[in-house]
Amino acid sequence: MKALWRAAMLVAALMVGVAEARTVRWAASGDPNTMDPHSQNVGTVTMVLQQIYDALISRNPQLGLEPGLATAWRQEEPTRWRFTLRPNVRFHEGEAFTSDDVVFSITRALQPTSNFGIFVDTIDRAVAVDPLTVDIITKAPDPILPNKLASVFMMSRSWSERNNAARPQNTRQREEMFTVRNTNGTGAFRLQSREPDVRTVLARNPDWWGWQVPANNGNVTEIIFRPIASDATRVAALLSNEIDFVIDPPLQDLARLRNAQGLRVLEGPEVRTIFLAMDVARDELLYSDVRGRNPLRDIRVRRALYHAIDIQAIHRTIMRNQSVVTGTLFPEQVQGYSREEDVRLPYDQARARALLTEAGYPNGFEITLDCSNNRYINDEQICQAIVAMWARVGIRARLNAMPLGPFFAKIQRDDTSLYMLGWGVPTLDALYSFQSLLATRNGAQGDGIWNYGRYSNPQMDALIQRMKTETGEARNATIREALRLYREDVPHIPLHHQMIPWAVRGNITIPHMANNQPYFRWAVVN
Amino acid sequence: MFSFIVSRILQALPVMFVVSLISFAMFAYVGDPVAIMLGQDFTEAQREALVRDLGLDQPFFVQFATFLGNAVQGEFGLSYRLSRPVAELIAERAPATLELALTAAFIALMIGVPMGVYTGLYRNSWLSRFFLTFSLVGVSLPTFLIGILLILTFSVWLGWLPSFGRGDVTRLGWWSSGFFTWSGIKALILPAITLGLFQLTLIMRLVRSEMMEVLRTDYIKFARARGLSNRAINFGHALKNTLVPVITIAGLQLGGIIAFAIVTETVFQWPGMGLLFIQSVGAADIPVMAAYLMLIALVFVTINLIVDLLYYAVDPRLRVGRGKGH
Repeated sequence: MKALWRAAMLVAALMVGVAEARTVRWAASGDPNTMDPHSQNVGTVTMVLQQIYDALISRNPQLGLEPGLATAWRQEEPTRWRFTLRPNVRFHEGEAFTSDDVVFSITRALQPTSNFGIFVDTIDRAVAVDPLTVDIITKAPDPILPNKLASVFMMSRSWSERNNAARPQNTRQREEMFTVRNTNGTGAFRLQSREPDVRTVLARNPDWWGWQVPANNGNVTEIIFRPIASDATRVAALLSNEIDFVIDPPLQDLARLRNAQGLRVLEGPEVRTIFLAMDVARDELLYSDVRGRNPLRDIRVRRALYHAIDIQAIHRTIMRNQSVVTGTLFPEQVQGYSREEDVRLPYDQARARALLTEAGYPNGFEITLDCSNNRYINDEQICQAIVAMWARVGIRARLNAMPLGPFFAKIQRDDTSLYMLGWGVPTLDALYSFQSLLATRNGAQGDGIWNYGRYSNPQMDALIQRMKTETGEARNATIREALRLYREDVPHIPLHHQMIPWAVRGNITIPHMANNQPYFRWAVVN
Repeated sequence: MFSFIVSRILQALPVMFVVSLISFAMFAYVGDPVAIMLGQDFTEAQREALVRDLGLDQPFFVQFATFLGNAVQGEFGLSYRLSRPVAELIAERAPATLELALTAAFIALMIGVPMGVYTGLYRNSWLSRFFLTFSLVGVSLPTFLIGILLILTFSVWLGWLPSFGRGDVTRLGWWSSGFFTWSGIKALILPAITLGLFQLTLIMRLVRSEMMEVLRTDYIKFARARGLSNRAINFGHALKNTLVPVITIAGLQLGGIIAFAIVTETVFQWPGMGLLFIQSVGAADIPVMAAYLMLIALVFVTINLIVDLLYYAVDPRLRVGRGKGH
């Protein structure tokens, strides 16, 4: 028996030796700012960390929910969810994964210094029932808790406490925290080396629990991530075979990349919707020549601005067909999407002029459009085009395009009359968009925090409150009703959902994901 | 001599103070670090807590005084973006920038001086005309365009040199050097040429005009009359006399190369201080920006001081001129 065992070990060792290194050299414009899983809720951080850390619940290539570190979950009572944990899971440094780590991780994400509040905001506390069972008690019934927990990574309590990292980085601290450059997850890859802004190397974790699941068919043994900020250089590095995979190739180079030998462009939608929002609260606009009244409070003016936009022209010429034109708040990947409500007001200049005349602005008016110029795909060009389209119906819009720093600072002071925003939906549920963008701002967590036009409609607020607690078909009906109200009230002018092309070398297959996150567990190098 | 140094250092202090004041005042316009740090989801209370933590609710001069007090002790705080000590970040990036700047300056001198001598001596040869045309390109094309053209030619078409990064580096204590590996040297070539091209053409044109000037002087004519060889005249006498202004300019330009490495570093993803600065601007990372600007001001002030001291040592007229209402 012992001899047989030894032989088996030998064969296994040989196989490991024979398996060749399959490396993917991956680049993006930005580097993750930290390796702490609860510190910064930003795509560039998550795209690396989700290779290293697991959440209780995983996502499949269609972004549906799958068992992760939890094998089963149930809403036992309206405010109590029970999670059954996967047995025999170990962290990269050897600690066994238990319910105590779940309690620790959720408590950590709840700290004020965490950027992940949105995913745990309804949680009151987590309770370890036994080593492989956890109860999560919510303050109010939360029907979409599993969707949110798919974004909360699990850390080891003993490792974090040993390294003084029991809570995410505090800005008042003067010293660097251990977790800024070190990781210890349960995931498919471990962090092998990290030089911030230069190179991050991940190595396959052969002991990952997920390799037992047939869907996780990836064969990558090593990932070398390198940030390249300059668009032209990133493309050049791909063309010159120094990089295999670019997650954010510039749109203007796509045609060239499609025709390049040995490269493929993976096309796909992103869960991010670009829209214009308007100040519908003030009695007089901050940036307009209309005195004594606010033209944007008149629904006819909002509709006129909407009718005047030739979205197909933007789609064709500025987005080069890389956008999904929309008339609603979020794309179809989001829970609650309704095709019947995804209808635009048609492009109609005559109608726009008629509406303006009807509203008492036959000669139009002046207004300033605030735009970012480095946050969304072609953001400044989109705004330029809209300004020109409005000019044709008499709206004299001035474009104020800024880098994202000043732009966000300005709109967050409510210092705007009209602005363009792109909104992603990490929970993939309608509530996130409605709550942040359209709820009346009342100081409560999440309500209206990105509603800088200060749209406020009691009917909408009531629907949003219902979305927070309802379940099943009733909830879908509520969302549909809210989407109908959104179309009717025109607090925004929706433009399109972004498309996010990825460019990859021909010998690599990797599923394109609408959350713009690569999952190397499914990447195959031939 | 001692009093001269002391007076120059005393003059440098207000310069540093003004630079720090101006740069600190500028930060009010680069954006709100709080908006960037909070991300997409936050409450008003979290926002206010963060503003308080960062001390951004204090009046401007209180913030500035705190900053200056800490800066004098070499304490620049924690980067908002990277949650790491600023001094450590800059120390980590300095070797990359310094190696790039020194290599660029070296290339500029080693190629610029001979080209200048040649064009000065053989004004009408076709090669001189070619050099002069070429120098126009170096002066007029923007750095990022030169960088992209070099990448396109040598990385994409020919595949000889890497298009980005620093290659493999060797650690020598806290210093990381790319000089000791083949990939490090290969990675250095394109960025160094990009950064040095402007200085190269500047030095070439300077040497050329100085040579033409010197060759017309009497002592060169006498040297020819004495029958000295061309080589001795051109290099032993003429070039030697042109080098004084060239060395001055080259020294002063070194500060400029370090400061203007920002564009080159961005194009080539060169992990130096300039790239760190650009990324910090994008994130309104005030501690890093402030420290970088102070450091660049210090580099310029120091180089100026050294140049002044060299003048003082080299040029006797300066010593005579002092105290006579000069």
